[in-house]
Order: sequence, then C-alpha cells, then structure tokens
Amino acid sequence: MNLELAIFYFFAAMLVGAATLVVTIRNPVHAALFLVLAFFASAGVWLLLEAEFLAVTLVLVYVGAVMVLFLFVVMMLDINLVPLKEGFARYLPVGALVALVLIVEIALAVGPERFGLEMYTDPVARDADYSNTKELGRVLYTTYVYPFEIAAVILVVAIIAAIAITLREKRQTKYVQPEQQVSVTRKGRVRMVNMPAEKKKK
Amino acid sequence: MISLTHFLILGAVLFCISMAGIFLNRKNVIIILMSIELMLLAVNLNFIAFSHYLGDTAGQVFVFFILTVAAAEAAIGLAILVVVFRNRRTINVSELDSLKG
Repeated sequence: MNLELAIFYFFAAMLVGAATLVVTIRNPVHAALFLVLAFFASAGVWLLLEAEFLAVTLVLVYVGAVMVLFLFVVMMLDINLVPLKEGFARYLPVGALVALVLIVEIALAVGPERFGLEMYTDPVARDADYSNTKELGRVLYTTYVYPFEIAAVILVVAIIAAIAITLREKRQTKYVQPEQQVSVTRKGRVRMVNMPAEKKKK
Repeated sequence: MISLTHFLILGAVLFCISMAGIFLNRKNVIIILMSIELMLLAVNLNFIAFSHYLGDTAGQVFVFFILTVAAAEAAIGLAILVVVFRNRRTINVSELDSLKG
C-alpha cells in the first residue's frame, strides 16, 4: 500500500464518516459543522485528482460562504427538535436497505473489470510548474464563455430572488405616492381668499 | 495505485448516504437541504475523477458550473426556509400542507 492510496483512504474515511454523521446527528448545528468537515475531506480527495483550483474553490465558496449561510439560518430559526426527529427509527431500516442495495448495484456496475487500472491507466503526474487554474481558465474563457456568462446571470438572479423573498415590508414607513406627487397642480394646493384688511385697534 | 473504481465507489457511497439521509430526516427541511448538497458533492467527485483519468478539462468546467448553481440553490432554498418559518413558526415538512398536496 503506497502513500497515495493511504491518503485516499484517510480522506475517504473522513468523508464517509462526516456524511453519515450529517444525516444521523440530532442537532442541526452539529450537522452543519460535520458538513463542513465533509467538504474539507472532499477537497482533499479533489487535490489527489489534481483539481487544485476546484479544491480551493470548494473550501472558499462552500465552507466560507454556503455553510456560513446554513449556520446562520440554523441558528436564527428557533426550532423545536423533538417533532423533527420522529419517524427516524421507523424509516431507518428502509433507508439503510435502499442505500445498501444501491451501493451494491453501483459497485457492481463500476467494478475494477470496467473502470480498473487496466481500462483507465493512472495518468502521469503533471509537472511542478503545471497550473490547473491557468488550464481551467483557458477553456472557461474561450470554449465555455457563454455558459460562464449564464452562470453569472444565475448568481445575480439568485441574489435578487433571495433578497426579494426575505425582504420584510416596513408598514410604518411614511412615504408619498409618486404618481400623486407629480400630478399636483397649483389649484389643488393654493386657495386665494378674499378678505378685507384689518385695522389695528388703538 | 488508485484506480478510477476507488473514486466512483466513494462517490456512490456518498450519494447513497445522502439519499438515506433524505429518507431518515423526512421532517427536517434543513437536513434535507444538507443532503442535497452532499449529493451534488458526490456527483462533482465523479466528474472530477473522470476528468482526471480521461485527461479532459471539460469535467472540471462542469463541476465549476454545478458549484455555481448549487450555491444559488442553497441561497434561495434557505431564503424560502426563513420565510416559511416566519409565517408558519415551523419547518416540519408534514405541517407544511396548506397547498393540500
């Protein structure tokens, strides 16, 4: 067993253990923290696959932004945990059975006789000065530039939608309706009153 | 040496764990959203493994887009969750039945 395989098994065990804890643990805050651990382990596996840029992106974007968002929401909601966990023991046999059957089926389909080293040889490791980021950027800004722009639009739409959904309308704010404001005429505001001038009393 | 099978089976195990998570936590929307994130992670792992062993960068570009869409999905999903909690005072899936589905 060489070092690379040992590192792979280390990260894989961490990933599977963290994922199992995410779906079984009681407290959603702990589940979010174990999801962070799962993302870190996954970034390690991606580094083994020489996808350095995506591994760093996973840590930055997911651990740094998405999981912080998750933690904020979990801590902001004052949820009663007891009714949320009911049915856990009831569905445990079914869930475990379906998962096991699916794992066995996929393992049979992707076994070493189809995707082993004889069919897909391990590529030679890249040179030390090879830049995964540069290579990814080259195709991203040429071949995939249109999907890249669409991804940017999707992110903008997501920001606007998230803000628009959660925006709370302040009902106590006093403001002027603009259409009434621009249709104001002199007639509606000023009234000329004809009255005799008063004299100062002596 | 690590073969492609190792990564594919790791992805399959991760996917099945998150699927079992949706089965087990049918009441809790937060855990369901986390399970969906784990599923996307498993799919991304498969993409990157194939990209590495086939020597094609396109798989990594796809992972990039999946990460983008997953981030957008998480943001909107959590926003909906916050609004649902504000209106109904619960995130229990079985109580969210006002559409009579």
